Amino acid sequence: MTFDPATIQMLKTGIWETFYMVFLSSLFAYVIGLPLGIVLVATDTDGIHPMPALQKVLGTVINLLRSVPFLILLFIVLPLSKIVIGTRIGSPAMVIPLTIAAGPYVARVVESSLREIDGGVIEAAKSMGASDWQIIWKVLLPECKPSLLVGGALAVTTILSYSAMAGFVGGGGVGAIAINYGYYRYEAGLMWVSVVLLVVMVQIIQEAGMRMSRKGDKRIR
Amino acid sequence: MEQPIIQISHLGKEFQTTEGKVRALGDINLDICQGEIFGIIGLSGAGKSTLVRCINFLEVPTEGDVLFEGRSLGKMTPPELRKTRQSMGMIFQQFNLLAQRTVLRNVCFPLELVGEPKARAKKRAMELLKTVGLEDKAGAYPAQLSGGQKQRVAIARALATNPKVILCDEATSALDPNTTKSILGLLKEINKNMGVTVIVITHEMAVIEAICDRVAIIDQSHIAEVGKVADIFSEPKSKIGRQLILGDAARQVTFGNSRQIRIIFDGRESTEPVISNMVLACKTAVNIMYAQTRDVGGTAMGQMIVQLPDDEAEALRALHYLETVKIPYEEVTGDDI
Repeated sequence: MTFDPATIQMLKTGIWETFYMVFLSSLFAYVIGLPLGIVLVATDTDGIHPMPALQKVLGTVINLLRSVPFLILLFIVLPLSKIVIGTRIGSPAMVIPLTIAAGPYVARVVESSLREIDGGVIEAAKSMGASDWQIIWKVLLPECKPSLLVGGALAVTTILSYSAMAGFVGGGGVGAIAINYGYYRYEAGLMWVSVVLLVVMVQIIQEAGMRMSRKGDKRIR
Repeated sequence: MEQPIIQISHLGKEFQTTEGKVRALGDINLDICQGEIFGIIGLSGAGKSTLVRCINFLEVPTEGDVLFEGRSLGKMTPPELRKTRQSMGMIFQQFNLLAQRTVLRNVCFPLELVGEPKARAKKRAMELLKTVGLEDKAGAYPAQLSGGQKQRVAIARALATNPKVILCDEATSALDPNTTKSILGLLKEINKNMGVTVIVITHEMAVIEAICDRVAIIDQSHIAEVGKVADIFSEPKSKIGRQLILGDAARQVTFGNSRQIRIIFDGRESTEPVISNMVLACKTAVNIMYAQTRDVGGTAMGQMIVQLPDDEAEALRALHYLETVKIPYEEVTGDDI
């Protein structure tokens, strides 16, 4: 293995593509998952707006989506990318399956964060005449911010590992380099470099999430 | 009696659990007057926490209704109910402050809910923090405060929207005796200076004695008795009332077979050495088992449990003496323990 300018350029492109895929997919996954997570908590039987039937249906749909292996989901969803984006290969095409896979996952992560809140605080807000929306915006989300940030790091690292699999179906990014060069061409060196890059990315995301969470948490003296 | 601000009529609450229906409250009838400090006391599990949550409809009763200033909470739409809740502040055993907000922003919170402009909300919050003696902690977070300070912030927060009533759910149960005293003092001050009606839920008789005008004793989901604190203290009619007032004293009088009586001093006789006079007049000795003096609504109230002499004639003589000098007493039996 040699690190000629062409290889370096390829790795640079890979890193950019990974960043691009992970960033957009995470953004869209939260656009879908955050409201779903809120709805899951709010509509539960002991939630602020109990709607048990809706809660059950939503929970089941999320579980169904979560139980489809990502590689299979990729094949199922890529025709949708063809319709929406116009292509089924490359990094932009991967954003759609990644979002569909990560959205329900994010919903569960958000749900578990929001469930950490002490019921007494919600009761206090209600006693002051807060509406359901006010409880969500002014109590649930701000009070759970530290936990939501930790959950965010968890979700983004999961999306990163999903994005690496996209290499199998013609997606881009660092994962695709590992698969195309390491797996198909037996270039172990390049494969390991790619893996190390992924490990470093996970470390950075995880550390950033934890630091932001700790820094913003006022429960610590 | 003044105009009742809160009327509770035939209120009942059943909870649906996996093991069937559980009755938490049954046929509760109470009138709470404008400007009074009303206590609701009961042992844990008696239903008092459910009752206080029914007053502001945090728990919706399954029977009966609550009237606030003559208006039925049961008939209100959700927005009307939220508006009414702004006239009823509430404080809790666990304080329930927002951990990610500063003290100042916690007090601003109820004002934010009603859309008060930020600057005015801040000004009002600072005034309230001054009232509760915490203006220097405005920038601190709840985690940096002691229990008593947290409860003061909670009181300031509950007062922010100028409520007519404050509901206190075991507000001092997580605090040490000295802090309890200062919080109760603050509540009394607020009641006096701002004319806010205070409803206190507690399991401690000391809290009732310290600040309440009237008290309702709740036992097994029902009201056992209601009345002025001084009256109930000197003459509890229900078994639970006797238990709560005798308190620890009851547990100390379990030995011996001779008759025991509880003598009540309601402030009139406090200058007179009743027991010494009785001993001198009857030429008999009594054994003092327990004695206590408390300040109930500004008058000194005392109770004493004495063991009468074994000799029946001497015992009767002692009782007769108490009757002639008009000192109320009652026999204490094993039932009270």
